[in-house]
Amino acid sequence: MNLTLRVWRQKSPQEPGRIVDYPVTGIIPDMSFLEMLDVVNEGLIAKGEEPIAFDSDCREGICGTCSIVINGRAHGGQKGTTACQLHMRHFQDGQTITVEPWRAKAFPVLRDLVTDRGAFDRIIQAGGFVSVNTGGTPDANCLPIGKAESDLAMDAAACIGCGACVAACKNASAMLFVSAKVSHLSLLPQGEVEKDQRVMSMVTQMDKEGFGNCTVTGSCEAVCPKEISLDFIARLNREYGVSLLKGVQA
Amino acid sequence: MNLDSKIPSGPLAQKWDKHKFDLKLVNPANKRKFDVIVVGSGLAGASAAATMAELGYQVKCFCFQDSPRRAHSIAAQGGINAAKSYQNDGDSVYRLFYDTIKGGDFRAREANVYRLAQVSVNIIDQCVAQGVPFAREYGGLLSNRSFGGAQVSRTFYARGQTGQQLLLGAYQALSRQIGLGAVKMFPRTEMVDLVVVDGAAKGIVVRDLVTGELSTHAADAVVLATGGYGNVFFLSTNAKGCNVTATWRAYKKGAVFANPCYTQIHPTCIPVSGDHQSKLTLMSESLRNDGRVWVPKQKGDTRKPDQVPEAERDYFLERKYPSFGNLAPRDIASRAAKEVCDEGRGVGPGGLGVYLDFADAIKRLSEETVRERYGNLFDMYEKITGENAYRAPMRIYPAVHYTMGGTWVDYNLMSSLPGLFVIGEANFSDHGANRLGASALMQGLADGYFILPYTIGNYFATSKTAKVKADHPEFKKALESSQALAKRLLSINGKRTVTSFHRELGKIMWEKCGMARTKQSLTEALTLIPALRAEFWKNVKVTGENNSLNQDLEAAGRVADFLEFGELLCRDALTREESCGGHFRVEHQYPDGEAKRDDEHFAFVSAWEYQGPDKPPILNKEPLVYEEVHMSTRSYK
Ligand SMILES: Cc1cc2nc3c(=O)[nH]c(=O)nc-3n(C[C@H](O)[C@H](O)[C@H](O)COP(=O)(O)OP(=O)(O)OC[C@H]3O[C@@H](n4cnc5c(N)ncnc54)[C@H](O)[C@@H]3O)c2cc1C
Ligand code: FES
Repeated sequence: MNLTLRVWRQKSPQEPGRIVDYPVTGIIPDMSFLEMLDVVNEGLIAKGEEPIAFDSDCREGICGTCSIVINGRAHGGQKGTTACQLHMRHFQDGQTITVEPWRAKAFPVLRDLVTDRGAFDRIIQAGGFVSVNTGGTPDANCLPIGKAESDLAMDAAACIGCGACVAACKNASAMLFVSAKVSHLSLLPQGEVEKDQRVMSMVTQMDKEGFGNCTVTGSCEAVCPKEISLDFIARLNREYGVSLLKGVQA
Repeated sequence: MNLDSKIPSGPLAQKWDKHKFDLKLVNPANKRKFDVIVVGSGLAGASAAATMAELGYQVKCFCFQDSPRRAHSIAAQGGINAAKSYQNDGDSVYRLFYDTIKGGDFRAREANVYRLAQVSVNIIDQCVAQGVPFAREYGGLLSNRSFGGAQVSRTFYARGQTGQQLLLGAYQALSRQIGLGAVKMFPRTEMVDLVVVDGAAKGIVVRDLVTGELSTHAADAVVLATGGYGNVFFLSTNAKGCNVTATWRAYKKGAVFANPCYTQIHPTCIPVSGDHQSKLTLMSESLRNDGRVWVPKQKGDTRKPDQVPEAERDYFLERKYPSFGNLAPRDIASRAAKEVCDEGRGVGPGGLGVYLDFADAIKRLSEETVRERYGNLFDMYEKITGENAYRAPMRIYPAVHYTMGGTWVDYNLMSSLPGLFVIGEANFSDHGANRLGASALMQGLADGYFILPYTIGNYFATSKTAKVKADHPEFKKALESSQALAKRLLSINGKRTVTSFHRELGKIMWEKCGMARTKQSLTEALTLIPALRAEFWKNVKVTGENNSLNQDLEAAGRVADFLEFGELLCRDALTREESCGGHFRVEHQYPDGEAKRDDEHFAFVSAWEYQGPDKPPILNKEPLVYEEVHMSTRSYK
């Protein structure tokens, strides 16, 4: 396959970026999108040009490191698929493909397609955990948990923290990410104990980081590679409301 | 070198309890006077950093990913073992211990393995308390599955994302400590050297991967939890960033490296599809619970799988190993697959593949049940290959997956360098020559949550070394040599890319030191690798500059280390004149092709000691003494 890539190049957070066109030849349909970028980079390095910086690690769709917008869609828009699991057989020969970084105030571009998603870590640090220390925990089977609740908690826990939800949202809202963690933990008896405090702390941090409001357009759910459901946002809103009523402070 | 494993005396079952009692404690108020550096935020690193911070130590944690949550542990699929014996099927701490020792082909340290089996039960309790959503039965209790090398059901799992859920549990515990200010986290920061002062590890040199800035950090102890070295083969199931840099540079500073030739080839991976391939993808071992492995009986049979009648299929694992069948351990299953492919009976492009067939399971259980158990794996298979495994069998082939070797550590998980502790896949201690499925997650969390936090206290309480600060001359020296290394890599300006060297090294390793090793192939590798390394230092092209985000430079540093490490791996494989676990020397096999171990001459840990750039390393031997188990020939027939 031959393609034209239009790629966002930006040397540093301080410098302005721009789109640069690269003709690409000899792509095989079995390659993943990132393997295609590897080929482009090998060509650039051979010419002494700097390769396109992009993040990836597991290349199996689970670590959440890869984070690129392909033709205007976070991760390329294929249902339930991260960019590293998107394969070239889904593109046409001769196609022009635009490749950009996540765009959100809270995720500044570091270089080319690499952004800083530290804001997500800080939201978890604010309250996305169960406050237990190591040791002294009861036997794992002492508390039966219904399969349905446990499965639902797992649906929420499947979030890989990639940030596609933010990148896809016109308001750059992080509600899907935050709701996934809030729901995962509050659905389980172990996490339920701290649920009022957790939701308040996490939402407050989310606002501090500069993420936008949720207007329930559903674009986050549509691009989420783990197909995290919008229902969790409704749950988050309910829990937040209860916490507010109880006067919980962040 | 005198390698003292510090195994406590007394009966096996009481060693750990007795040792815990004998360990000196640090008074709670004094704990904050001790600084600990943890390099790595995978299961081992994150759990250790969080737990030590909870105890009151001052912790700094480093990882090269942009967030600690993305460490390679996240990718583990199948599950985690624990001797909970919830299934009432005859499991016990002793059985898990025995299965692990046997699975490791009697090349692991008995006392460590017993302790691992003991603390396994605490891990599950801890994880459930953190909110890890393990799979459950309708009655609300935890569910289990079986894994290779075991005849009981003791594997806990969270769909096909067990590693993810366990890591998120540890990451959340770590995040809590970061939020409390008890851990200072440095993501996108790579350790490039270890600083040793008066014979003890006292700090590290790191590169900030965003700004390129090199800096030093001092501490009272350094913990490496930097994962395995499978990527020395270039193609492996490991994440792209996995590397040997931290433990390799520690090796060059005096921490001996044990059993590098013990590498695990996993039987069920998606076959290579072409030269562009950047990594290989695992299809979890759990699939072998319900999938049946077969190839056509005839050579060169090109019929579609559904056109090969039952009588013309060879279910070779069930045939050769009737009592374990498709659940034979990994090394055995991989070699069996290689054998049938070598006989010309492999399937798919190039004949490098065997079928993993779910037709019977779908008939027996329904497609729905199979989907519930393995849906995400089937989806992943379809994404990568474009094929639907509910309709036609998967094609699988062995691939490099895990490395049992690693930095040598004693019973306290301390390396031969005082003050340097090594945990998780990065150390060598628990899996011998072959690791059983679902035991790496167990070991990482055992080390991090339940072992290191105790043993490190004893080091602080008894160590006589002086506290040093980062203005000590050794820090300056290490910093300057790291700067010089980066400069040198950037100034070569040759003609070949870093990846091309890495690919070539991987090819040498796979062909000469992969599933079948011979004296000749290893001797060849030992001339090819130094030649490739010499070319690297003359002809590599690394673009960009040091003082910015430069992924080409990051890769160059890692490949430079692999080019040295690969040689040690082959040297170790050449020295070990026996076959055991993942190390198969063609010269040493029984007439039926099974591995022939040589306990008389090789029941020891090979611990390699660095002697300088142009001198061969020294081989130290730690004898393996079995007080409790009898070293038998491993049989899964
Ligand atoms: C695809 C796959 C599936 C698996 N499935 C299972 C399973 O089902 N059950 C099981 O028990 N095991 C499984 N394993 C094995 C298991 O996942 C690993 O052995 C285990 O997770 C390793 O954990 P760790 O904490 O030692 O290292 P890792 O998780 O690899 O973490 C290494 C850490 O070190 C950091 N690091 C490395 N080098 C540096 C450096 N120089 N500077 C700074 N930081 C550095 C990294 O950033 C990372 O944070 C699987 C492995 C793979 C590849
Ligand atoms: S690289 Fe891990 S999810 Fe894409």
